[in-house]
Amino acid sequence: MSLLQAKQEATSALLDGVSIADGASWITALRQDALARVRSMGLPSRRDEYWKYTRPETLTQQEVPAAAAFNHGEAPVFDEVDRLKVVFVDGVFDAAASDDLSGEAMRIERLADVAEADIHWAKDLYGALEAKGQSPVERPLAAFNTALASDGVVIRVTGQVARPVSLIYKHVDSASDAVLHHVIKVEEGGALTLLENGPAAARFNEVLEVDIADGAAFHHVRAQGRDHERRAATHMFARLGAESTFKSFTLTVNGVLTRNECVIELTGDDAVAHVAGACVGDGDFHHDDTVFVTHDAVNCESRQVYKKVLRNGATGVFQGKILVKPDAQKTDGYQISQSLLLDDDSQFLAKPELEIYADDVACSHGSTTGAIDEDMLFYLRARGVPAPIATDLLTLAFLAEAVDEIEDEGLAGIILARLEGWLERRRG
Amino acid sequence: MTASATAEKENNMLEIKGLKVKLEDEDKQILKGVDLTVEAGKVHAIMGPNGSGKSTLSYVLSGREGYEVTGGSATLEGEDLLELEAEERAALGLFLAFQYPVEIPGVGNMTFLRTAVNAQRKARGEEEMSAADFLKEIRAKAKKLKIDADMLKRPVNVGFSGGEKKRNEILQMAMLEPKMCILDETDSGLDVDAMKLVSEGVNALRSEGRGFLVITHYQRLLDHIKPDVVHIMADGRIVKTGGPELALEVEKNGYADILAEIA
Repeated sequence: MSLLQAKQEATSALLDGVSIADGASWITALRQDALARVRSMGLPSRRDEYWKYTRPETLTQQEVPAAAAFNHGEAPVFDEVDRLKVVFVDGVFDAAASDDLSGEAMRIERLADVAEADIHWAKDLYGALEAKGQSPVERPLAAFNTALASDGVVIRVTGQVARPVSLIYKHVDSASDAVLHHVIKVEEGGALTLLENGPAAARFNEVLEVDIADGAAFHHVRAQGRDHERRAATHMFARLGAESTFKSFTLTVNGVLTRNECVIELTGDDAVAHVAGACVGDGDFHHDDTVFVTHDAVNCESRQVYKKVLRNGATGVFQGKILVKPDAQKTDGYQISQSLLLDDDSQFLAKPELEIYADDVACSHGSTTGAIDEDMLFYLRARGVPAPIATDLLTLAFLAEAVDEIEDEGLAGIILARLEGWLERRRG
Repeated sequence: MTASATAEKENNMLEIKGLKVKLEDEDKQILKGVDLTVEAGKVHAIMGPNGSGKSTLSYVLSGREGYEVTGGSATLEGEDLLELEAEERAALGLFLAFQYPVEIPGVGNMTFLRTAVNAQRKARGEEEMSAADFLKEIRAKAKKLKIDADMLKRPVNVGFSGGEKKRNEILQMAMLEPKMCILDETDSGLDVDAMKLVSEGVNALRSEGRGFLVITHYQRLLDHIKPDVVHIMADGRIVKTGGPELALEVEKNGYADILAEIA
């Protein structure tokens, strides 16, 4: 089968009979464009270089592989945080469980609501960062999302928002197929913290587009739900203006398949983008972090810190790239991806890339795979710490370096406590 | 057995008999029959040239993997050490001050010590130490060793100087209150002042119920930590045992004379 044929077959399976009716809404043309994009690209197949380490079939097939909702009995992760809650159940907005959407220094709306209007500010942003992010690497699942997202939030931030906005994704239906698309615009000098948590659906396709204006800040902490069988393909597209800040952290525990793509473009001078992830995988678990950072302005800093702990045959993937354009002098780019393999059955596949066209830059990258350090383990045991507890202490210490990337100490503490509790329970 | 012999035996803390050890992976015999008894309340020193097996002895006693015991025994207050995991030996009261203390990034010194203290207590069926009591005790003990609050908060041994690492070993010893302390070349990498500080820390822990085995290349540490008995180890055996004067003899003449004498 030729590559084109294979892609077309994959495409037709999910897109057969799909069309977007003409209408007066601002979003219609954007959706139609996106549908045309995904049709011309084709959905990802195993033969795509970008999908070499992660099998996309279950994300692109028409039938959703069943995933039971898993009740782990823990309190939801951000429960103790004062926040504005927006709840989706299997991708459907739950008004009763959500807070009143009005907040200081920002306006939150539902995509499903604003998509009814003739005109809306989101017209300039919806699908725009996604479309731009299709080059130089195609991301068909993101275009698919722009075309067909059923809902999401549209947030315009005009000042410093003190209370985080918290998107909560509940999963009930074992065959749910959720497609959510969020658009966030942080205006000059504005600041927003976005929290996301929960397993979302049996299969979840999410796009988050964030436009951060000059001097603005966006902080993002995400805890992807613990349902064992759930699948997720998420894309985060961020565009940074001058002296702006973008910081994102993702915790992933369980999930049979997770692909988190992060596409960051530094377009204004002196901007800072940090993206980090900690993941713990056990058994039939596949987790893929794919990151693409483009430096297109002077004196910007980017940082990628990814840590994965894998055991019982779990697989971790990291594809991370830093692209420095010719005029992006004084770039400071850093990338580290590390895995801790707790047994011989697990694997970590890493593809770090640097592509640099400017001459006055400092870019470094590193990737390591290793087991628990025997010397450290013996040191702890020689002090009386039993081997399983010592192993967990070292595992937590390994992950803590990624968790430390969260700027807010309270949120970092919550994530660490989560991991600690999880390790402790697993130890029994 | 006479009454006095029985009393003496009951006072034995660490008893090593005919201990033979080889490397697990290669056919290399390192300990070729070590006999050594350390009584409670006494300080024994082991001196010996490089490669004589001193550090191996400390590792085998504390339960490090990679060694195979091919003969003999080692007991702590009559309990067979060699059958136990490293953490069980520690809970029984054995402590090894490492020659090269290990750096553990991401694990705070305080967290590490509290986990260790409470794990040992739990293993012995004792009540865990409260956070407040632990803090009070560690602060007092750290102060004596001139370990400041910052060093307690930092990750275990990370970025510590050689002297700080060794002081941290002694702090752990003071917190864990072991019955039998093995000090593996605690003087290596220390300047005179640091050696004095570490020695004072060790001397403060000397007591009736506690035994010490001090492994060193040099006599100078033994000026500060005065031993009751000095052993010379060579080629995997204890080849000579004497009083503190034996250390002075080594310092003066080196090992050559002694080794020639027993050859």
